[in-house]
Amino acid sequence: MVIDPVALQAAADLFPNGISRYAVGGLLVGLGVTVIYLGTGISAGASTFLESTLSYVSGQSRFQRYVSSRDWRLVFTAGIVLGAAAFAVTFQSGVVSSPLYRPGTTGHLYEVGGVTLWTTGVQPWRLLVGGLFVGVGTRIGKGCTSGHGICGVGSASKTSIVGVLTFLVVAVVTAQLVAALGVSP
Amino acid sequence: MTEARASRSERAGNDSAEGPASDDRHPLFIPLVLVGGLLFGFGLGFSHMARPEVVLDFLQFEDLGLLFVMFGGSALVGVTYFLAPRLFDRAPLTGDAFERRLKSFDRNVLIGGAIFGVGWGLSGICPGAAYASLGVGNVTILWAIAGMFAGAYLQGYWRR
Repeated sequence: MVIDPVALQAAADLFPNGISRYAVGGLLVGLGVTVIYLGTGISAGASTFLESTLSYVSGQSRFQRYVSSRDWRLVFTAGIVLGAAAFAVTFQSGVVSSPLYRPGTTGHLYEVGGVTLWTTGVQPWRLLVGGLFVGVGTRIGKGCTSGHGICGVGSASKTSIVGVLTFLVVAVVTAQLVAALGVSP
Repeated sequence: MTEARASRSERAGNDSAEGPASDDRHPLFIPLVLVGGLLFGFGLGFSHMARPEVVLDFLQFEDLGLLFVMFGGSALVGVTYFLAPRLFDRAPLTGDAFERRLKSFDRNVLIGGAIFGVGWGLSGICPGAAYASLGVGNVTILWAIAGMFAGAYLQGYWRR
């Protein structure tokens, strides 16, 4: 069979950084969810942490529903931060390398005590305002990219599939509009 | 198991989805949650999804690699959700049955999803990736985390 080189090039253009780092990273994210699910039966999502942690400082009934889960959600989130830090001291710092991992060229690298750290070039106002919408939206919409996107889609939940399609389409339109307005990065 | 049943248990405040209270937990419950979080965070770092720029490139169709993060993750989790209830009776650390993650559908899923979409498209951040971003050294992400907490607080205030 002959593969059309033009079609092949078009496909490669859509994946300028290859696919292996994305696929391996996604499998590890799924593995984290799987480990917790197999041990506890819990479908762990990342956005409920926002409300459950607010229950420590606010008496709002909306947050008090999560009192029984707030401590393990804190541990789960600390694990996410530490797991990403473990990536930073290994692959990001170049101490460990693999043909499956391709480093990126976005943002800014800096060194602290021999560890290569990374920071974003996306402007703080975008992060703050975007974060505000994310905080409101994921809570009203019952989940985020992990709760709906990984656990919900993995459950073949119609609610989650509709939720993912909704936020994906709106995010694509928003990102294209913002870029068209010349905001960068 | 139907989604209608899931919605009833959710209205009744089903505790099993939240895990056991801290005083009657298996000693390995918290360590296991930590290990799961570590893998989850390492994966987000490795995939570069913890970088807002990479998410924005995806949403602008400049690098579609992020599809493999969501497909890879949900495919593996899908296999787990399919096999766990067939191979095992109950979760060893909680005694809970293996149920799928099903949430009731209503217009909030569309409204909240659209609001989340605006935030995701504007900033390139989502909750899990934002925590992981802090771990790779991105102190600037604290703006986003502050925004997420403020947003979660506002919706709790409006909807109480």
